[in-house]
Amino acid sequence: MEGLRLENKKKKLIDDKGKRLDGRKWDELRPISLQVGLMKNADGSAYIEWGKNKIMAAVYGPKEVHPKHQVLPNRALLRCRYHMAPFSVDERKNPAPSRREIEISKVIREALVPAVIVEDYPRTAIEVWVEVLQSDGGSRVAGITAASLALADAGINMRDLVVGCSCGIIDDHVVADLDDTEDKEGSGDMPVAIMPNLGQVSLLQVDGIFTRDQFKKAFELAIEKGKQVYAMQREALTSKFFGGEPMSTEVEEVAE
Amino acid sequence: MIQRKQVIPGDVIAKGTYRYGSNIEKRGDEYIALRVGLAEVGTDGLKLNPLTGPYLPRAEDEVIGKVADINGFGWVVDINSCFDGFLPASFVFGREFSPATHDLSSKFALGDMIGARIESYERSRDPQLSIRGHGYGKIESGEIIKISPTKVPRLIGRRGAMINMISEKTGCDIRVGQNGVVVVNGPPEGLVKTAKAIKIVEEEAHSADLMAKIEAYLGGTEVGK
Repeated sequence: MEGLRLENKKKKLIDDKGKRLDGRKWDELRPISLQVGLMKNADGSAYIEWGKNKIMAAVYGPKEVHPKHQVLPNRALLRCRYHMAPFSVDERKNPAPSRREIEISKVIREALVPAVIVEDYPRTAIEVWVEVLQSDGGSRVAGITAASLALADAGINMRDLVVGCSCGIIDDHVVADLDDTEDKEGSGDMPVAIMPNLGQVSLLQVDGIFTRDQFKKAFELAIEKGKQVYAMQREALTSKFFGGEPMSTEVEEVAE
Repeated sequence: MIQRKQVIPGDVIAKGTYRYGSNIEKRGDEYIALRVGLAEVGTDGLKLNPLTGPYLPRAEDEVIGKVADINGFGWVVDINSCFDGFLPASFVFGREFSPATHDLSSKFALGDMIGARIESYERSRDPQLSIRGHGYGKIESGEIIKISPTKVPRLIGRRGAMINMISEKTGCDIRVGQNGVVVVNGPPEGLVKTAKAIKIVEEEAHSADLMAKIEAYLGGTEVGK
């Protein structure tokens, strides 16, 4: 009985006019803002606010590998840590890495590795730290987006930036960029990370049940929205390095 | 005619057939930037001057480093890179070097700064240093300023124009390592001015009239005044 009552009370996530709980249309992103290079002590850093997500990414390296037995003779070791601050959620989160955080650290690493030219830095380690200060839905894709900016800020050779976006299913509709409530109440979630210039996908996870059509629609939508986020990513990076003063048009007076 | 472009990783610098330098990758007939920087598209060659990044050793570079460790065969030198430089004792004492008779720390002690040249570097081994040549060896005095290694060419300027100007105006002796370590010797007021000028160069490395800016900043100061 209890279960049934709850089932009936289930929130409607899209209203009759097609608006979502926070007023967005089905394919609308939450507001995103990006900043590059705010942390002086890190070799590269970035900060992203994506909806209610507030995430900091820092990159250290390339540097010596410790412990030494992990050294790779022909390429860099890319290490990632995704971590949620104890105050990032409603109820205090134990700061020790949870099963979920360990998994996300792994998938973030695997989403970034294809973009980083690890072969250019043999016998070194590159460390990426993704710290979630406030969490909302889609923090792994926001983390990847910030982390790739931090890598570019650190001046590590990259084939392309990596940008993420998630899609999902709520009330049987495919929608873009789920927030926390939609993620929990909805019936499916699909985080995707892409390298837009290379035209490659470096992360694809699916949670929930998608029909073939829904899968196709969600995947294509995630890529389209990812490209929108890429434009913002690009803007953040260029404004850090080229913003302000106009560039010189003559050839630089540099030493040979 | 050289065309300049602001690029970020993944951007296409040019299409066609070109010679190209480091930090650029060829993908089909497109040349892709691997770093944030300024790309120069010349008539036949492409160049990318990165705006950020670590120091990676290159043979023949002059570097300034600090002795981090001494073992039986030489000195391990911190050259502000992810790789440590190694200066073999036999390069300093000559062929007759023997760990039993020579005391390495009498030549360079732990913590000493040395100017050295990168003798050789390949990806499988740490860079080897040498102090053969004029001006290399222990650095006895001076203020150490660290800048981003990517800004070193800008600090030196075309044929040393920038560094010579700062040196003349402040009356300081300035030595720049390719690894971003700068050693300055001179009168106290000169040191302060030099440090500030170097900081301006680093912060505004991308601006067009950098020479003029630095000259204006250093303004009236002349040697000995």
